[in-house]
Amino acid sequence: MDLLNALVALSNFVLIPAIAYGSQLALGALGVTLIYGILRFSNFAHGDTMAFGTMVTVLFTWWFQSKGITIGPLPTALLALPFGIMGCIILILATDRIIYRFYRVQKAKPVIFVIVSLGVMFIMNGIVRFVIGPNDQRFLDGERFIISVRNFKALTGLQEGLAIKTTQGLTVITAIIVVGVLFYFLNHTRTGKSMRAYSDNEDLALLSGINPDKVVIITWLIVATLATIAGVLYGLDKSFKPFTYFQLLLPIFAAAIVGGLGNPIGAIAGGFTIAFSEVTITYAWKKVAIYVLPEGLKPDGLVQLLSTDYKFAVSFAILLIVLLFKPTGLFSGKSV
Amino acid sequence: MSEIPPQSDSDENYHSLSEQAEAHALAPLSEGDKLTDTSNAFLVGESMSGGYKNGPDILHNCTIAVDPGEIAVIVGPNGAGKSTAMKAMLGMINLSQGIIRLDNENITTLTPQDRVVKGMGFVPQTSNIFTSMTVEENLEMGAFTRRDKISGTMTQVYDLFPVLKDKRYQVAGELSGGQRQQVAVGRALMTQPKVLLLDEPTAGVSPIVMDELFDRIIEVARVGIPILMVEQNARQALEIADKGYVMVQGRNAYSGTGRQLLADTKVRKSFLGG
Amino acid sequence: MTGKQRNIIYFGFVIVLMLATGIFTSWNSVLFIINFGLISAVMALGVNLQWGFAGLFNVGIMGFVALGGLATVLVAMPPTQGAWTAGGLGILTALLMGAATVAFAVLAYTRLTLGKLRTLIIMGILISGFVFYRVVFDPAVDAVEAINPSLEGYLGGLNLPVLIAWPIGGIFAAGAAWLIGKTALGLRSDYLAIATLGIAEIIIAIIKNEDWLARGVKNVSGLPRPAPYEVDLQNDLGFIQMTGKLGIDPILASTLFVKLVYAILFIAVLAILFVLLQRAVNSPWGRMMRAIRDNEVAAEAMGKNVTARHLQVFVLGSAICGIAGAMMTTLDGQLTPGTYQPLRFTFLIWVMVIVGGSGNNLGAVLGGLLIWWLWVMVEPLGLGVMKFITSGMTEGYWLKKHLMESAAHMRLFTMGLVLLLVLRFSPNGLIPEK
Repeated sequence: MDLLNALVALSNFVLIPAIAYGSQLALGALGVTLIYGILRFSNFAHGDTMAFGTMVTVLFTWWFQSKGITIGPLPTALLALPFGIMGCIILILATDRIIYRFYRVQKAKPVIFVIVSLGVMFIMNGIVRFVIGPNDQRFLDGERFIISVRNFKALTGLQEGLAIKTTQGLTVITAIIVVGVLFYFLNHTRTGKSMRAYSDNEDLALLSGINPDKVVIITWLIVATLATIAGVLYGLDKSFKPFTYFQLLLPIFAAAIVGGLGNPIGAIAGGFTIAFSEVTITYAWKKVAIYVLPEGLKPDGLVQLLSTDYKFAVSFAILLIVLLFKPTGLFSGKSV
Repeated sequence: MSEIPPQSDSDENYHSLSEQAEAHALAPLSEGDKLTDTSNAFLVGESMSGGYKNGPDILHNCTIAVDPGEIAVIVGPNGAGKSTAMKAMLGMINLSQGIIRLDNENITTLTPQDRVVKGMGFVPQTSNIFTSMTVEENLEMGAFTRRDKISGTMTQVYDLFPVLKDKRYQVAGELSGGQRQQVAVGRALMTQPKVLLLDEPTAGVSPIVMDELFDRIIEVARVGIPILMVEQNARQALEIADKGYVMVQGRNAYSGTGRQLLADTKVRKSFLGG
Repeated sequence: MTGKQRNIIYFGFVIVLMLATGIFTSWNSVLFIINFGLISAVMALGVNLQWGFAGLFNVGIMGFVALGGLATVLVAMPPTQGAWTAGGLGILTALLMGAATVAFAVLAYTRLTLGKLRTLIIMGILISGFVFYRVVFDPAVDAVEAINPSLEGYLGGLNLPVLIAWPIGGIFAAGAAWLIGKTALGLRSDYLAIATLGIAEIIIAIIKNEDWLARGVKNVSGLPRPAPYEVDLQNDLGFIQMTGKLGIDPILASTLFVKLVYAILFIAVLAILFVLLQRAVNSPWGRMMRAIRDNEVAAEAMGKNVTARHLQVFVLGSAICGIAGAMMTTLDGQLTPGTYQPLRFTFLIWVMVIVGGSGNNLGAVLGGLLIWWLWVMVEPLGLGVMKFITSGMTEGYWLKKHLMESAAHMRLFTMGLVLLLVLRFSPNGLIPEK
């Protein structure tokens, strides 16, 4: 019984949150890695792209809510999501047309693209703050839990409760669907394969008649979609605050690099690696420990390896370890 | 992929060689000779001069032609402009002079991509496969511009290179050097080219694999696709060539049938190691 | 127009800009802008050394600046009574143990042969080391933080003159830069970017959370100043007489005087660094750095140790940022870890370097002053623009209200716009590299 309780506590506080967070990071890292693979630069504006897509979704959610349009137990944000994606796509395609394309035609060095993306980051950040303000925004509605602690306890009779938030379930299901569709697209469609070919060997792709402009546009479409979905899921699960999205850049990049930049499978693996490390290292294990350890060894403290304020340090430490021992990442990415 | 400039010492060597060559019976070939008569040629680059962007000219009045159904080979020392000549025919070089014709159509102003669509299949020397994709996907990408069914062509390629059929779902980057070259040639064949251009297809493979590759190339030619090939392994290449061009310093130095060139003592002494 | 004339025009423009700002707002606020502009110029010099002369992409400036700020606290504040005996030594012991653990683990990694046994030994060293570290560290920290928590609760500093903190801040930043450079340089440029971005966040997290070090988010205020206090000046008879002669209000005069003292100190630092950097980049060393930047492969082939040179430049540039950070905290008179934000302390400096002209020290200084002015003035200017735009709307209309409230957020947008415009239409910046 104690073991079961420990398992429930572990799931409740570590596994479920880490899986949800990992899915969000994976979706974010997929966007970063696709841009890196196809457009060949590290996009520092990615966090703010996520913020922009989420902001549009939030605005539509509020509008729907004010009109009384909801979808039962599910968050209204799901209904608004397509509009958010659309808004993000429009912004990102405009950005590419007005800004990035110029440098692509010039065949500018990757680092120039990175600096340009800094400028884009500023602008997107400014737009988001201008429209919705810098503060926390909540836009979650509908049923809060799939299983609440009380129901779980009543159902199982266990001492420990297990809660699965609707947003967590939604995150995982959405992530699975999105990743499934993305991988089907990349591996089984002509256009998807041409994207991989372009990422693999640009010259040969051109020689094979693959249209680079089309590849770039489709990449941006996918990136905008992924970014908005990742941002909305994160915002539903936690809350929407522009600065937090900017800060997400670090764990997202860490995930993409740990997995191997330019490698989509790596991005997913990296996302979960980072999420699980962050959660396990900053979790206070006392709750689990009191069930597992014998009477005499019960811990006095929280048994927390690091305070939650150091979660960035965790992503970073993992990043460093990977860089030191396997610079191309767990799943060999590109080393340009 | 820039052309390695000739080292100064060997440079002089070849210079004197080309001077000797002028006195030689075989080259430069006189007007009206069958070999310089390019009117029947399927693909011809005529009196090409030019070089890379802003750089000096690498090619000087160089002529390369492939007749229907034949294998033509360009050989010559390092830095002679062999690959450059081939790239010029593909439109990757700025030509200051010269005309490229494909099937009697002037294609001098077309982009490389358009020339591929017109029927020129090209296998670059390096980075000639998509290493992260499977063999079959490599072939599919080769046929990217085609809108018709490609399964027939794919079967032909697999018939030609049975090894690839066995490894069709393997990632191309994991194959051996010789197999990679087969993938590269297969990818180019997927466009159903009217002429195939190979840039040093045997670079870096073992002698046994090289022989096998040459066998395959002969088979491709037998299907009716004329082949233009740049080769380091001059002797073996000339053995299978219907026509050979020896290039020195961006100029045609000698040309003739493969047999003629192999038999020529001057050519043998200077380029084939005796 | 020669380069010299152009530079005179640019800097003349900056002076006119400052004078105009003084006339239209107040001299106090203009001196405030100038002081922070000078600090920004120092930071821009540091980043320009890394980017302009060596092509290193550092986006962790914030961290190095914060380390400089930390140095000010550790050098200039008086030590907390009893803190060292209560837990200071314990903390020090724990940190040394932590360092020893890492050293042992590295030793085990290098000395033992690859295998399961090695992994186990390293894991054992790390885990036991961590447990011992926490056993010593936690009670010591609690003891220190229990001392007068509302005002102190930290170890305090060395009670030395605050100016000493400036070079110490540089050394702190250099140490961190050496560590990060050792791991991330020699890898791809993107990795250095991510690594520096990460280290900056971690440095801030440490300063925010380790209360025993510098009180964390509770801030350390009342740092000793290198300039006299306004109140003292106002009570100083000589000063009052002087202001009487000049016909200025003594209170206003005292605030201006203090700011001027800071400005002179900052100008001195800027001038010293500028001269040193100019000499460095025009020396054979500087030419070698540029050669490496322009063609790493060729430089390496000629026997230059590219990674070592990069490390050198990276450490030097970061040290300059550390000095600037110490200067800034000194000017603020307090260390407020909560205010360190990457957009303000990292990316804004980048805008300065790019706009001023990467690879040119004079450009970096110009960019620092100009962009800092813009950063401060965008808010009032943006408000003016918004007033103009919304002048046709009726009072209380939601859009008017929203636009007026959001005017403050024009800053980031403007900075991004300036950066992109300069990159597009004048990629070498206002004062290009010669």
